Amino acid sequence: MALNLELTAIVGGVAVGTLARYLMLRRDFRQYPSYPHAAVNHLALGFVAAMMGAVAVPAIIAKEYTAVTFLALAATQFREVRRMEREMLQALDGSILVARGKDYIEGISRTFEARNYLVILISLVTSGAMLIYGHVAGLIAGAATLAAAKTLMRGKLVRDIARVRPAAFSFKGPNVFVEEIHIMNLGLAEVREVYSQRARAVILEPLDDTAREILANAGQRQAIAHDAAALLGVHREVDTAEFTPLLRRDPDTGRVGMLIVPIEPDVKCLVTAVENVPVLESAAVNPLASRAGRCAAD
Amino acid sequence: MEISVTKVILAAVTTTGENVSGLPVFYAKNQEEQEWIAKTLSRVLEAIAHDLGNGTYILVRH
Repeated sequence: MALNLELTAIVGGVAVGTLARYLMLRRDFRQYPSYPHAAVNHLALGFVAAMMGAVAVPAIIAKEYTAVTFLALAATQFREVRRMEREMLQALDGSILVARGKDYIEGISRTFEARNYLVILISLVTSGAMLIYGHVAGLIAGAATLAAAKTLMRGKLVRDIARVRPAAFSFKGPNVFVEEIHIMNLGLAEVREVYSQRARAVILEPLDDTAREILANAGQRQAIAHDAAALLGVHREVDTAEFTPLLRRDPDTGRVGMLIVPIEPDVKCLVTAVENVPVLESAAVNPLASRAGRCAAD
Repeated sequence: MEISVTKVILAAVTTTGENVSGLPVFYAKNQEEQEWIAKTLSRVLEAIAHDLGNGTYILVRH
């Protein structure tokens, strides 16, 4: 009977953990990792993680304390996942017209690693609660942990830190400006003509000093350029570097101007695309949490 | 591993022939020819043509 209880707890933990990993695989426009083989890779790793988490509590109850050290192995295993994702995405970054950039890639790989640890936690809680309080309680505890993990791990989006609005752009000689923010110098008249006819511009106005510093991060701006280009298309080829979307900052106000030549010219969609870009963990700073930062913000 | 040179002036295209030396310089007869040469070079080198405002374009890969 005791064995049955343990076995069901472990199976339950593994099942809930693997299901949690499946629910955490996000198949949105990024189409990553939705191509079937990458999804299978991550589900398999999620299964391994769920297994590790599910056996932890039964092992402790059985006084097999050394078994718990296997959790330490998990850390090494899943750091490898992060390295694998990082290397693959960096290698592929050169093939994309508008690169994701190192910061975005680091964020994605870090998320993949972290989700495996979350799976360990979820299956550990599930199997532990099943053993101690019964099956139903275990399932409820697992579901609650998954819900908590999903809520807590939901990062901020650009719309939470900045007001994004359409803006006008203009040329002064070869230089192009979004409102008064200098974007770049375009030498060729033909390129300027394409910009005049097809480009769209938006301005990102940071809501506070913290947001201003986040938008100052070049990796964050590259991520915005990448996502906007991925969603609206970009009017460029591999040999027309002029049409790479650019985000430049006004050092006086912290506002950021973005200029892109999209395939789809709807500026409302551009604003929505920019608003939904995640705030990268590597760009996150919080100067307002310090006394000096608050004092300077006055 | 692919290595590429960025943030370096790869070439200059000029109509005046003044104020530019020390790198591949292309002399153009007029502005039309300058545009054409700069465009061709920018496509071949995957670089951007920048106008210095003194009759010279430089090509830089970013």
